[in-house]
Amino acid sequence: MQNLKVIAQGARYRGGNPMWSWLLHRVTGVGMVLFVVAHIAASFLTQRFGSGAGMAINAVYESPAFQLVMYFCVIYHALNGVRVIILDARPSLMRFQHEALWLQWLTFAPIYALAVLLIVLRAMSGE
Amino acid sequence: MRSTHPRRPRITLDMAMWVFTRVSGAAIVVIALVGFFGAMLMGARTQMDLPTLLRWTFFPNPNHVVNSNIPDVAVGWSGLFWQTLQILIVVFGATHGINGLRAVLEDHFRGPRIQPAIRAVLFVFWLAVMAIAIAVVLAD
Repeated sequence: MQNLKVIAQGARYRGGNPMWSWLLHRVTGVGMVLFVVAHIAASFLTQRFGSGAGMAINAVYESPAFQLVMYFCVIYHALNGVRVIILDARPSLMRFQHEALWLQWLTFAPIYALAVLLIVLRAMSGE
Repeated sequence: MRSTHPRRPRITLDMAMWVFTRVSGAAIVVIALVGFFGAMLMGARTQMDLPTLLRWTFFPNPNHVVNSNIPDVAVGWSGLFWQTLQILIVVFGATHGINGLRAVLEDHFRGPRIQPAIRAVLFVFWLAVMAIAIAVVLAD
């Protein structure tokens, strides 16, 4: 019962944009670690044993859908990390943390849009 | 009268890694940009798809992209400069990523026995990833 109360309070916690970027930073970070581990394992299995398992993992992360997710993780995590580094180094700038978040998304949007465009174009050309 | 000087705080693993995460994060961004623009100058604009570009950006090793269409791939990307960048990004990236995994895991699994177990597993994993990656870099 006590636990349920804590969970309910947590769900109502209104951290706003900074809270969501903290969560997204974690999710994208863990996503990249899992991808790199899968990538190393697949290369190792394929090169050493010619294993079908390696090729199966390769097929997953070479798919356009996976590329869309991976590019999101890399670009988001890098830009959000730069924002965190700048605000930690100059705490006086924390006054502008909401502006910083909007600036971050304004930077993210065109870069990610270009990546999405190139991935979708290539997927449609059927290469 | 007792001294009013506060005792110097002991530097914990979490404090050291807090600093390291920021320094290595900035370093990875810089190294990745060098790899990205290097790839662009060597022909990525016309000859690379995005997955290949991602490989070159973060791990510019001739063995890493066997299907690349760049004709002089081994010429452009071998050499001490790119090998140094590869080793730096491997050490920074593996440490940054596995320490991040540690932070997330330790937030979710607390307890006197589970924390040393998480650290032991991740420590072995960290050494293994760096050993494999550096062996690949130095292979040619």
